[in-house]
Amino acid sequence: MNRVIALLAGILFGMGMVVSQMVDPAKVMGFLNISGNWDPSLAFVMGGALLMFSPCYHLFIKPRQTAISGEVLKVPTTTAIDKPLIIGASLFGLGWGLAGICPGPALTALVTGQQEILLFLAAMAGGQLLVIGWSKLRVRAMQRASS
Amino acid sequence: MENFTPWSALAGGALLGLSAVILLLFRGRIAGISGILSGLFTPHKGDTSWRVLFLVGMMLGAAILLPMGFSIAKVPQGSTLLYVLAGLLVGIGTKLGNGCTSGHGICGMGRFSVRSVVATVVFMGVAILVVLLREQLGWF
Repeated sequence: MNRVIALLAGILFGMGMVVSQMVDPAKVMGFLNISGNWDPSLAFVMGGALLMFSPCYHLFIKPRQTAISGEVLKVPTTTAIDKPLIIGASLFGLGWGLAGICPGPALTALVTGQQEILLFLAAMAGGQLLVIGWSKLRVRAMQRASS
Repeated sequence: MENFTPWSALAGGALLGLSAVILLLFRGRIAGISGILSGLFTPHKGDTSWRVLFLVGMMLGAAILLPMGFSIAKVPQGSTLLYVLAGLLVGIGTKLGNGCTSGHGICGMGRFSVRSVVATVVFMGVAILVVLLREQLGWF
């Protein structure tokens, strides 16, 4: 049952990406390009998602102690607006603006097997691994310094 | 604004929101795509299968719709360097900033997290600036 839920949620997400056309980088660029023939669609995608998620979260999820499966509700507890957040969001914005592709559309469009998507995803995974490796090194260096 | 598609945008967005509600309500997980992927690189027991199933589901969802009159536009042919550089920046940025358009933009903002609102304003602002510089000044 738990596995079916994860798969179902993924299916709905992929469908949302296709229906909203967010899998099309040209559609995303139409939103990001405010000086051209501006296409506000992306804002409506986010609006539709928020109109569905936000009330459901506050009414049905927030009051709960655990998920229906009994698992912990892994809602982020970090509230700090710190350097990693700002630098990370800036770098993400830079990459997003360059190609018009963000993680959701890239993983959905992987089904098409296009070479450009494969390149993007391989590099994206590489970038995430770089940060993971770098933060592990930092933790180890700090442990060594304190021992 | 002749490319504006408000109804399909709202409907598609609602599907994304519904997906996030189901995953959080039933499994306690945030439907943030960059985090679902990066979590596979630091595996914990019992924390891998839902990630794989969700990601497979995304492709399956697209595959189900394709014979029903929906299509996935081809990504414009660009240089290898452009896609590798963009992917690398998106990977580093989403890991460092703990989220992307779905995790911060939908789940975080939907929870009224100030941190996620700030992240969304920053990545959207930078992306708009990058496109503006390219369109107006011919950079990149």
